[in-house]
Amino acid sequence: MMTTSEKLYLFWRKAKNNAMVLFSVACVLLAVAPLILIFSYTLIQGISALNIDFFIQMPKPVGETGGGMANAIVGTGILIGLGALFGLPVGIMAGIYLAEYGDNPFAGTVRFLADVLSGIPSIVVGVVAYVIVVLPMKHFSALAGGVALAILMIPTVTRTTEEMIRLVPQSYREAGLAIGIPRWKTTLRIILPTALKGITTGILLAIARAAGETAPLLFTALGNRFWSTAIDQPIASLTVFIYDYSKAPFEDWIRQAWGAAFVLIALIFVLSVIFRIVTRSRYAEH
Amino acid sequence: MIPIDVSTAGGGGSVPPAALLSARRGAKSRWNVGDFVFKHLTMLFAFGVLSLVFLMGYEMYAGSALTISKFGWNFLVTSTWDPVQDEYGALPLIFGTLLSSFLALLIALPLGLGVAIFLSELAPRWLERPFSFLVELLAAIPSIVYGLWGIFVLVPWLRQTLQPWLSSHFGYLPFFKGPAYGFGMLAAGLILAVMVLPIIASISRDVLQAIPNLQREAALGLGATRWESTRIILSSAKSGILGATLLGLGRAVGETMAVTMVIGNRSEISASLFSPGYSMASVIANEFAEASSSMYTSALIEIAFVLFVMTIVLNALARLVVWSVTRRFKT
Repeated sequence: MMTTSEKLYLFWRKAKNNAMVLFSVACVLLAVAPLILIFSYTLIQGISALNIDFFIQMPKPVGETGGGMANAIVGTGILIGLGALFGLPVGIMAGIYLAEYGDNPFAGTVRFLADVLSGIPSIVVGVVAYVIVVLPMKHFSALAGGVALAILMIPTVTRTTEEMIRLVPQSYREAGLAIGIPRWKTTLRIILPTALKGITTGILLAIARAAGETAPLLFTALGNRFWSTAIDQPIASLTVFIYDYSKAPFEDWIRQAWGAAFVLIALIFVLSVIFRIVTRSRYAEH
Repeated sequence: MIPIDVSTAGGGGSVPPAALLSARRGAKSRWNVGDFVFKHLTMLFAFGVLSLVFLMGYEMYAGSALTISKFGWNFLVTSTWDPVQDEYGALPLIFGTLLSSFLALLIALPLGLGVAIFLSELAPRWLERPFSFLVELLAAIPSIVYGLWGIFVLVPWLRQTLQPWLSSHFGYLPFFKGPAYGFGMLAAGLILAVMVLPIIASISRDVLQAIPNLQREAALGLGATRWESTRIILSSAKSGILGATLLGLGRAVGETMAVTMVIGNRSEISASLFSPGYSMASVIANEFAEASSSMYTSALIEIAFVLFVMTIVLNALARLVVWSVTRRFKT
């Protein structure tokens, strides 16, 4: 039936096919390998570096071993608190607008710019916060760090809020309007509470990511080896500590840097899992 | 969003026409203060998001007025970076950013495409959820953690294993000349590749999946092998993959901490990937807090401004491309 050359050609095509399957499997393995390496290395180094002191002690003076990052943990908390304070209202309200009234060119532009904004490097956001806050105040402060983190949170929060509200079925909205509730009350009392679980976890995820930011804090919140909770003064943060300690010649500081890296990853991991579970049950319901 | 139209919602059915009519009239005439206020309040915040982008651009432009007026376009094409003499040329920094990002794409693009092909054309459906979760997680690992791993694992490995091997086998190439420090362009390119890969893989996968199954079925029905049908899919997805690449490039260009920690931080242009370099983002991270003169600060702000413009253009292009592709196949 088939001539030899046809058979050969078929064989060649099949061989090429198998080669490409192998290639793509190899790509997956190659791509996953460094990621597993990074993850496991951080876990191993991080867990062995953590102890109670890490969480409750202050940094020791240069050269002494021991001590912890209590001030940096509190500092990171204050920074993301400030970021959330400035960023969340803007993000949530803009998200509500996009979801509820977002069928016009203006909203399309906002949506587009929010996406573009999320692609702007965090270091650039840090420079902007420096120009807007540090220059007028004439010194570094937690406030400036908070402003930088707020700008970073806004696009994520906006888009998550919008998407979560859109998951609420149209019939809920119609039901509210049908019994004569004004539209704004329908949004606030029916739609938002329904979407609340998704929005909250989305926000927590955005906050966790902000907690992992270093670049925008370097010259806004700066860093501080001492206890400070004043928002008009430089403040410590976990990420800046990791950066400083990673360059240090002391074994013990490097150990603590890994500990802090582990704490950050654990925080983000837990929140990501929660976000996944919450959004999945949302999809499943409808 | 489908605009809510009270008059047609529910569809009527047993409702007497007169009641329907009065309901419609009621809906039209009832103007609610709360609705007006709420709508415009949220709109104000949406406008805030929009103006934020312009505000950022303006602030940086104004903040770099000193160097813009002194150096003009020369800022971008000269290569002395000398804070002591107040001479600033950003060429080595732009070079470092572009080279490290290009290197990252060179590695991450084929790998990412391979992963995307595997997930969309070959792998069973149940792999999708764990994979997208993995990608989400990787995108969320702080850049500083990548940097930490880079310093303590990647750089020593480069110095002791990869770089000696490269220079003994390919040492005649200009890219692999010079002493093996570990820190340098190569390390920056590799760590960026790892960071950019998930983005390229996941967006390429989305693009491939947006292409209708009909095309695959047609190809397979004519007796094509899996790979032959994939090639047809790939050619339809070309522009979408371009978009994914641009997004990856945007991420690589702006990546700061991981690059700063491994690139070596020396402002010079060299063909060798072994030699230390500098990037736009890392010069800001390293020097901004210590910038003493206003000219120095202005130069760093101008670099941030250039970075801002670059990433906005890249992101806008990428989103337009991806958007046009996925939209074409959606309906």
